[in-house]
Amino acid sequence: MQSFLDILMILLVLLNFRLLGASQLGTCVHSVAFQAVIIGLLALLPHGLAPSWTWLMVGAVTLVKAVVLPGLVRRAMRETGVMQELEPFLGYTVSVILGVGLLAASFLVARPLRVPAGGMTQVLVPVTIFTMLTGLYLIIARRKAITQVLGFLVMENSIYLFGVAFAVEESWLVQAGVLLDVFAAVFVMGIMIYHINREFDNIDTDRLSDLKD
Amino acid sequence: MTAMMLSLLFFGAGALAAALPGRFRRFPAGPLAAVLGSAAGLFSGLACLLSGDAWDFTAAWRLPLGYVHVGEDALSALFVALISLVGLLAAVYGHGYLGRDKGDGKKATSFCWFNILMASMLLVCLARDGFLFLVAWEIMALSSFFLVVFDHEKPGVLRAGWIYLVATHLGTALLLVMFLLLGRGGDLDFSRLGASGATASVVFLAALVGFGTKAGFAPFHVWLPEAHPAAPSHVSALMSGVMIKTGIYGLLRALSFLGAPEPWWGWVLVGIGVASGVYGVLFALAQHDLKRLLAYHSVENIGIIALGLGLGVLGSATGHPVVAALGFCGGLLHVVNHGIFKSLLFMGAGSALHATGTREMDRMGGLMKHMPVTGAAFLVGAAAICALPPLNGFVSEFLVYAAAFTCLSARASVWSGLAVIAGLALIGGLAAACFTKAFGVVFLGEPRTKLTACESPRSMTWPMAALALLCLAIGLSAPFMAGLVMPAAKLLAPGAAFASPVAIAEMTAGVSLAAALLAGLVLLFALLRKRLLRGRTVRSSLTWDCGYAAPSARMQYTASSYAMPVVGMFRLLLGTRVHADPPEGLFPKGASLESHTEDLMMRRIYGPVAGVLSGLADRFRLLQQGRTHLYILYIVLAILFLFLWNLAG
Amino acid sequence: MIFPMLHVFLALIASPLLLSVINRTKAFFGGRTGAPILQPYLDIAKLLRKGTVYSRTTTWIFRAAPSVELASVMAALAVTPLGAIPALLPFQGDLVFLAYSLGLMRFFTVSAALDTGSAFCGMGASREVQFSALAEVALLVGLAAAACLFRVFSLTDICRQAWAAGPVSWEGGGTLLLVAASFLVVLLAENSRIPVDDPNTHLELTMIHEVMILDHGGPDLAFIEYAAALKFWILGSLLVSLALPLRFADPLPDLAAGLIGLFFLAVTVGVIESVMARLKLVRVPQLLVVAGVLSFLALFDVMR
Repeated sequence: MQSFLDILMILLVLLNFRLLGASQLGTCVHSVAFQAVIIGLLALLPHGLAPSWTWLMVGAVTLVKAVVLPGLVRRAMRETGVMQELEPFLGYTVSVILGVGLLAASFLVARPLRVPAGGMTQVLVPVTIFTMLTGLYLIIARRKAITQVLGFLVMENSIYLFGVAFAVEESWLVQAGVLLDVFAAVFVMGIMIYHINREFDNIDTDRLSDLKD
Repeated sequence: MTAMMLSLLFFGAGALAAALPGRFRRFPAGPLAAVLGSAAGLFSGLACLLSGDAWDFTAAWRLPLGYVHVGEDALSALFVALISLVGLLAAVYGHGYLGRDKGDGKKATSFCWFNILMASMLLVCLARDGFLFLVAWEIMALSSFFLVVFDHEKPGVLRAGWIYLVATHLGTALLLVMFLLLGRGGDLDFSRLGASGATASVVFLAALVGFGTKAGFAPFHVWLPEAHPAAPSHVSALMSGVMIKTGIYGLLRALSFLGAPEPWWGWVLVGIGVASGVYGVLFALAQHDLKRLLAYHSVENIGIIALGLGLGVLGSATGHPVVAALGFCGGLLHVVNHGIFKSLLFMGAGSALHATGTREMDRMGGLMKHMPVTGAAFLVGAAAICALPPLNGFVSEFLVYAAAFTCLSARASVWSGLAVIAGLALIGGLAAACFTKAFGVVFLGEPRTKLTACESPRSMTWPMAALALLCLAIGLSAPFMAGLVMPAAKLLAPGAAFASPVAIAEMTAGVSLAAALLAGLVLLFALLRKRLLRGRTVRSSLTWDCGYAAPSARMQYTASSYAMPVVGMFRLLLGTRVHADPPEGLFPKGASLESHTEDLMMRRIYGPVAGVLSGLADRFRLLQQGRTHLYILYIVLAILFLFLWNLAG
Repeated sequence: MIFPMLHVFLALIASPLLLSVINRTKAFFGGRTGAPILQPYLDIAKLLRKGTVYSRTTTWIFRAAPSVELASVMAALAVTPLGAIPALLPFQGDLVFLAYSLGLMRFFTVSAALDTGSAFCGMGASREVQFSALAEVALLVGLAAAACLFRVFSLTDICRQAWAAGPVSWEGGGTLLLVAASFLVVLLAENSRIPVDDPNTHLELTMIHEVMILDHGGPDLAFIEYAAALKFWILGSLLVSLALPLRFADPLPDLAAGLIGLFFLAVTVGVIESVMARLKLVRVPQLLVVAGVLSFLALFDVMR
């Protein structure tokens, strides 16, 4: 059990690095979805295999985060015709190296925090902090609005993970609240991106031919 | 002790004789005295190291602020032996180097300062009194300054000299503070110096910056890449090989006054080590000037030494005797090893410079055919500085690595261990890139400009050959060398907190066995190849340049193009400026590419600060009108002021 | 003592075989029959019987380099264990010796390349030193993670403990997995395989290793090819020892398990080469940095 948890943690960290080093939007969306699945698994682990309400709730939440929200983002990408390239402020290699620093920092920060890990592994807290920092990094260091949405999603994942770490009773309740916020955020951002894009399409000389229609 | 006194006497006599005027100058008294003095010093140091007899001597007369108190323990003896060894070979080399085209007078003056520098360096290591130490330290700084500005008519040399002089005096100012803090009652005798608590930490920081400026730790290194290239090559060898090590010696001596160290001192040293190492090697890679490249490598190697010493301090602060032993042994042995291969490399660079008349690597090339001994010796030095087995650099870096791995496997100071391993690995890889560039571009391939190079005289090649042999010998005798530096390391880890040397003996035995195996296999395969090729057709032809039949020397990879990928990877740090004039049109006329990498610290910190300071100083021009009577007025005013002040007080 | 010697003997005999396993795997994927399984041996034998041609530009460095390369890789072999089979000459810290004797090999390959004065060789050399500097960090930090996990730092002890832990317990399994992933990248880069370098072509401007040895011929080239095969065996042994802990508690099956592991690794490399394209040159440092990051992660995983 413990080792399974460990491997899930490592996967989570690797996914964060994939987010930091990826140059394509599609990869990022894919990683975020995968991350949501892993976090869903993590939330289920303490409850055992017996089917219960928790299963249903977590399952539903994971479905929303791993399928619906990425789907929305993909749709926004498709409709706005945004390019796959990420246009980073800081290069991918630098981002990955900074990621190592962020990871080390989150381990250092988590050490004196002495969070009651509630039966989960001791790594959960630093990994959570690292995930949150990754989300923040994506929001700050990438140029596109859509990566900011992705950053929000990553941060949402990490907040849910915090719930798991603190072993909050009915952690899905917290989750539901957060999810609602993020859902609204994604929605608003999606609309905004769409509008921004539509406004600026007219200025883009490459797309003047669109006016013919 | 007699040998040591004899040595100092020789240096003194040599300096005097070289300063004699007129026709006495034809006789090479300076070099001769330097050789004799160094030989006596080497004997004294080795005797002390091998027999373990320390001595201590206080003269009957006293100085204004202290006694003439000298002594030699294992730590001093190690540095004395190294200084004398390199000094001896540098003197022989310098005799040949200055022999050809400089006048006798200039040469004699140079050797006068050379002897003084040698004597003062030995005195720095022997002094057992703070005042005597500072005097020797200052003489050392001044004599090396005069050696640096030897070619003062060349452009840039004087500027380099000034930068060196300012840097070294800023360092000395901090040393003054350090000694004032250490000698609480004004008594500066080493046996009575000491500090504790917060004062100890302040003293440590003062020593770190003060001695670190001389040693070339990363933020304080700026004088190194300026002064070392400007000096004549045998002086560069002496300065880079051993003079900067007196900074390390001073730091260690200061640590010995402070009793049990704090863990964070170790962390600071490790941090500085990684920073110096990576910074040094990266800027070395970006250089085009061979001697400047070597100077930056001194920064890198001082970083490696700091890594070893940092782990040693950490080990003795946190009670891990094996880490302490390995760290100190590694650091000290690297002091010796760097002294040997860096002086070898500077001598090699000097010979190349002598033969081609330029320091620009991109104008050299193909020197190996004309200068076989120099080339072979430079190859050995280059491989040694990259820490490749079976040469000496590997042994000391191995010990530092072993200290770090011991940290990890004991799960103590894991972060420092990790920093050391990752830092050394990166430094190692980049150093290999840098020295394949230096060796490959300068000595291999086709000459890039018309060459009239020929091999240097024996007085220059033999010292290099001797140093190259030493590199190999130390590489193969790791247990003996670890034993040689062990007594000095024991002095540094106070109390009984020291490992039984069994673990080190086993490791070093493994290293030398593996190194011997490697050397044996090289011989075996070389013989096998010779045997295989016997009686077969071995032809000579053009380089098969993928079918291109008319290659020219200009088509070779240059030093800049060779280093370009790595330099590009670290462009954020290096800030290399490129002026490109690319070929244009169908029949391009001329095109050029120029790149320049200025020191980051110089560009970002010291340059602006110096600018502000000199701007402030300009304000004082108002007072300095150049009229004598005004100055006399100032003097009168000052005397009057003092007089009144005295009356009031 | 007999089994370490047997391992070294097997490595000397069978290392070229791994290369031909890779080639056969690639041939299978490409729908070809592929060269005979003994082709690498035939190549080496042919080269050993030939004379040679030297460029007039070159010096004795160029002539000595192949011998030094073969010697240093064999010295590295002496400290390489295979799973539970100890190395011939183990000592504490031998992992540093392994890394640096491979460094000696590289130093001479690169120097010989620069000795020819050819622009192609210089280009290859320049790239080689860039990539290897990054690969060395990944290698040594990965080894440091393993050393930290098992609290020993000789390769033989590390590998023995990795195999003693066994595949089922997963004690530190995550760490070993990360190290293994990092070492796989290092193995591909150091042995100039796809996706870092293409061992099949010589003349494209993106080549690294092959372009450096363009000018060698005869016995010299045979030495180099043989040394390359041994290098694959050495790094492969490390990878197999850490990633495939199949302990049988008896040396003979252990040795067999190690050999099967190496065979499996060769097939894996063949599959990777078949399904992947070579990376763009600017992407290669990123891949190596990622390998380094994996090694660091492994260390964090131990230390947390």
